[in-house]
Amino acid sequence: MTLFLVKRLVTLVLTLFVAALVVFTVLEVLPGDPAAIILGTGAQPDTLAALRKELGLDLPAPVRFFDWLGGLLQGDLGQSYTYSVPVAELIADRVAVSLPLAVIAILLSTAIAIPLGVLAAARHRRLADLCVMGFSQVGVAIPNFWFAILLILLFAVGLRWLPAGGFAGWDAGLGPALKSLLLPAVALALPQAAILARVTRSSVLETLGEDYVRTARAKGLSRGAALWGHALRNALIPVVTIMGLQFSFLLAGTIIIENVFYLPGLGRLIFQAIAQRDLIVVKDLVVLLAGAVVLVNFTVDLLYAVLDPRLRGGVEGA
Amino acid sequence: MLDGTQGRWRELLREGLRHRSFLIGGLLTLAFLGMAALSLVWTPYGVAEIDVAGKLRPPSAGHWLGTDHFGRDILSMIMAGAVNSIVVALVAVGIGLGFGVPLGALAAARGGWVSEAVMRFSDFAFAFPALLTAVMITALLGPGAVNSIIAIGIFNVPVFARLARGAALSVWQREFILAARVAGKGQVRVTVEHVLPNIASVLIVQATIQFALAILAEAGLSYLGLGTQPPAASWGKMLNDAQTFMFQAPYLAVFPGCAIALTVLGLNLLGDGLRDILDPKLRRAR
Repeated sequence: MTLFLVKRLVTLVLTLFVAALVVFTVLEVLPGDPAAIILGTGAQPDTLAALRKELGLDLPAPVRFFDWLGGLLQGDLGQSYTYSVPVAELIADRVAVSLPLAVIAILLSTAIAIPLGVLAAARHRRLADLCVMGFSQVGVAIPNFWFAILLILLFAVGLRWLPAGGFAGWDAGLGPALKSLLLPAVALALPQAAILARVTRSSVLETLGEDYVRTARAKGLSRGAALWGHALRNALIPVVTIMGLQFSFLLAGTIIIENVFYLPGLGRLIFQAIAQRDLIVVKDLVVLLAGAVVLVNFTVDLLYAVLDPRLRGGVEGA
Repeated sequence: MLDGTQGRWRELLREGLRHRSFLIGGLLTLAFLGMAALSLVWTPYGVAEIDVAGKLRPPSAGHWLGTDHFGRDILSMIMAGAVNSIVVALVAVGIGLGFGVPLGALAAARGGWVSEAVMRFSDFAFAFPALLTAVMITALLGPGAVNSIIAIGIFNVPVFARLARGAALSVWQREFILAARVAGKGQVRVTVEHVLPNIASVLIVQATIQFALAILAEAGLSYLGLGTQPPAASWGKMLNDAQTFMFQAPYLAVFPGCAIALTVLGLNLLGDGLRDILDPKLRRAR
């Protein structure tokens, strides 16, 4: 297990390094000079050169890459060209919106999906199964931003229970802040829950068809006891994989949903930073988001090994 | 041999016609494919035909689904938008299946450094959410349908590679694989003859999910202004416009969303039906 952990940690670090290198290289070849963007089209050449020197843009690319990487490791993310504040400060402000939003969405989707998926499998081809599958089919099919617009129409424009957009801020108190995040979180959670419920059902059904579950049933165990005692642990392996994959979708979802609700989160920040060519913010954010996804996948790999020790060493290890 | 194959297809078709999900999904998918095909030769009005005097009209006999803020016919735009969505999703999922499944199957069969390399490639590609990749690609190459296909397609590769590897690993540990190995079959033959047929149902289910996600992702990109560009019609762009006019014309937000949801619903039902029909275990259970 220690070797497994060390191997995964090494690959995690390598993945992050390559991700940083790719992001840096991609943004290097982008057209547009940050100094010219900051000073505008009428800037004098010597002013431009001075600013380029101040920003370190006159240094060779490899030097800038390692300077940037070293800064990242020390928590120095540089200064935003557009907002003229440290990027770390900017990101910290936005994380305070995006992280709670993501956490609420994940909690909502998991709390809805896993019980529904297990229920559907346990009541295969009965009314409960049909209802869960109906919910899942509709939930998967609805685009989250369309669902968000419908939620705004119903709860903000129609019933006036919740705000149509914007973020009240944590200073305004927990209630107003959570109220601002509720509709976006529901919009993010529904499609995720629909996919997860479907995968859970499918996986539990497949596991219930395995020989060892049939043996357990033949020994006199009820369908429920066989399900909870034997099938569920194995059935959770693909479910955990999909949950890992979903984190990435969730991040993508926040880019759209934060734009629908005008929430000042990371998704909206990256979208605005690209539009404004604030490349330092783009680089930092992409690497941080990529890092978050890699960490989640690493955790999924660990959970894999915990749930099924046979998978620790691949085929040859079995 | 040919008779046997034809007989099997006939049997599957008969099964399909008795399967409710397959039937409903198939009909919905056919309806949208038909609508998309029809839009290539005919739409009620020109997709880019502007009529400022007739803007924001609710559904009527002249314009069945109403008009937008430029007076363009919503039905015509939805019909043309179907072509765009279907093409983007088909190519993107094709890229994912074509590259991802061989990679995943290879990783499961070989284990060792090959498996490690495929998994690290997956981790690396997974580290960039589809939309983030798309935003980067469009920042680099400019917004457009082709760039959104590339972005969504790239993201599909590790999805299928990882899933195929995970599913294939489980199959590789079963007794009949050991029997096949003892019988002298090589890794490639075992993969083609035993592993792939046993993971096909998982891949079909995932392909339908990815197809749905590709349509949703394309709509999302277009909603953000990064996908298909005007004057070409796109369901996502229509929803973006609809949000601006949601107080004056709420119906604008209804029809393009319904078009996306029904298309995705149809494809998913079709995929579910296919899985039930193709999976012998589930067929016995029915």
